[in-house]
Amino acid sequence: MKLLFDRIDEPGLNTLAVYERRGGYDSLRKALDQTPEEVLSSIMDAGIRGRGGAGFPMGRKISFLPHGDMEKYLVCNADESEPGTFKDREIMQKNPHMLIEGIVIASYAAGISRAFLYIRGEYAMQADILEAAIAEAVEAGYIGERILGSDHSLSLVLHRGAGAYICGEETGLLDSLEGKRGNPRLKPPFPAIEGLYHGPTLINNVETLATVPAIIRMGGKEYAELGTPTSTGTKVVSVSGDVQRPGNYEIDLGMSSRELIYGLAGGPFPGREIKFWFPGGSSSPVLTKDDLDVPYDFDSMAKAGSMLGSGAVIVVDDSHTVLEVALKVAKFYAHESCGKCVPCREGTNWTLKMLQRIQSGEATPMDLDIMASVQEQIIGNCLCVLGDAMAMPIGSMVAKFRDELEAEIEAARERAEGAELEDVIPIGVADEHAGPFPVH
Amino acid sequence: MSATGRRRQVPRFGHGSRVPGWDDAVDLTKAPATVPDPALTPVPPGLKEQIEASMAKYPDRRSAAIPALHAAQEVYGWCSPEAIDQVASVMQLTPAYLTSVATFYDMFSTVPKPRNDVYVCTNISCSLLGADEFFEAMLAAAEGDPDVNVQSFECLGACDIAPMASVNGEYVGPLALDDAERIVEDLRARRPVLEHKQLRYRRSADPGVPEEETDFGPPDPESTEMTDTAGLGPEGDTEDRPGPTAAIEMTTDQLAEHPEPEAHTDQDRHPAGQSPDEPEDDK
Repeated sequence: MKLLFDRIDEPGLNTLAVYERRGGYDSLRKALDQTPEEVLSSIMDAGIRGRGGAGFPMGRKISFLPHGDMEKYLVCNADESEPGTFKDREIMQKNPHMLIEGIVIASYAAGISRAFLYIRGEYAMQADILEAAIAEAVEAGYIGERILGSDHSLSLVLHRGAGAYICGEETGLLDSLEGKRGNPRLKPPFPAIEGLYHGPTLINNVETLATVPAIIRMGGKEYAELGTPTSTGTKVVSVSGDVQRPGNYEIDLGMSSRELIYGLAGGPFPGREIKFWFPGGSSSPVLTKDDLDVPYDFDSMAKAGSMLGSGAVIVVDDSHTVLEVALKVAKFYAHESCGKCVPCREGTNWTLKMLQRIQSGEATPMDLDIMASVQEQIIGNCLCVLGDAMAMPIGSMVAKFRDELEAEIEAARERAEGAELEDVIPIGVADEHAGPFPVH
Repeated sequence: MSATGRRRQVPRFGHGSRVPGWDDAVDLTKAPATVPDPALTPVPPGLKEQIEASMAKYPDRRSAAIPALHAAQEVYGWCSPEAIDQVASVMQLTPAYLTSVATFYDMFSTVPKPRNDVYVCTNISCSLLGADEFFEAMLAAAEGDPDVNVQSFECLGACDIAPMASVNGEYVGPLALDDAERIVEDLRARRPVLEHKQLRYRRSADPGVPEEETDFGPPDPESTEMTDTAGLGPEGDTEDRPGPTAAIEMTTDQLAEHPEPEAHTDQDRHPAGQSPDEPEDDK
């Protein structure tokens, strides 16, 4: 069923006129006729889990917000930076009003009158579209004082980031929104208790908020019938890498992964076979072609030893080596680590160096054991999960493809023996990106 | 294996550090950094208003740090010490604070850089499909051009058009190796970059999205009007640009009408020994 991608290619859908012609903002009217508690119970009934990565139920997140007259904030997390993820980009570009309507309804349910939308700085076109859509919504009275004659008021500010993966982490995002470096904070207190400007803050992903109008339109119970009992609803999945038809696909959760990768995305290129795949962005432990029949939902992915994450499938075929992909993963996290916690800052950089040693023929199979133990020491020892996000896929690659990595170590050693000295990357000289300081 | 890409020379200071003076003792006699006096720091009028408008949007003026630095970088091309001083004087913050913010984010540059940014995504999905080779080609194509800044970038969120690049914020892909030359040509000619490969014209891949009642897709070179899903039009959409129907490769007539900059002659396009009239076989 298409809820988010329903006729999403319709020309002009990003304008208020077309969106309203298709019944846009009717859900908002319906919600404002109910009490905030009734709207919240619909969201609770829907059982929708956060689409940004953690999969925390949205209704429960709202219910954690304290009641009272203090200033509360809603932040829409549009800092979509997880490698392989590009679902929010398409939603914001083609149907910005659906997201805005979701923000207004969620703020009504949570009793919030100030909202911010933090979009990554690279999404310049999408930010322009959203800014135009917000201006239209303000003009039409969907945002502002006493929305549609109700008691609910809301202001919505679009905030552009400037290129930092860590700002997609909710507390890093809050620091960045406060005008600081985007360093994650110690939790607890969780943002629902003390977040932006020390006020209670509700943070949700774009896709989660954009689903809210559909939940109100259908009713929470009816929405919950889609998908599986513990992973309700539809999910936009970004499929990329070595597939014939990469793109965003909206599926009912619980669809078989094989159908998603082969049926919708066309499978690998002719003559190629899937070697492994990331089911939920580069942060998720990799699965192999033996796991293709796992249903694509939160719990089945967890049972298979991975996670649904942000819903980004990256397929790697047998023309690529595991080392090549592991290097990309490690380089990314070493570059994006904010440097606040030692296990992450050092762990990501040393993992990268160890992988480079393998590549340059200086490693021994023992390095794989050291690398695996480094990953174990990162997990759970930092303020946020950026380090874990590297440790999980790298750890799973070492565990699942140890034979291939050992063969690679041997092959690289043989290559290096005949090579000139300058072909070998000197130990200790980090890659141009690996480090907390910008290099030019 | 080229997984780590080309290594550029990194300036090194004492003890191999990339930060000058990291182990110098603090000069205690020096005055601490203070907020620049607005009366003594001239700020271009447009910039001042823009920063003040940003500050008014937030409960805490510091929240406007990133928008203000974006605005300053827009004016000066990079976050120069003067630009940071000016932002600091308007926002009433220390330049040190703003520098700490500017150095954290990839889109701010604290050293001079060329005007045009070409960010080539070299993350997992793009590199599986040849982004590293494209990055090399892009570096080679822009070599010696003082106006083009080629940078490898982490995932830009467009893996469906991998390998891709963001050219001054405009997403283009999927790219072939010879697109690198065209990007530089388009930038020199100040026309929209690789228009037929821009993300804004791309349809959804989901087969469940009905095709009837939609009339866009990659721009049709035959049609006189292009459907712009974004509804905004490419940046700099003015009268003097060649127009949306212009082919990426210009015909000889068009070339006569819109002569390209001198640096780029027919000689570059057609290597010696090949007459311009011969059909190009590299397409």
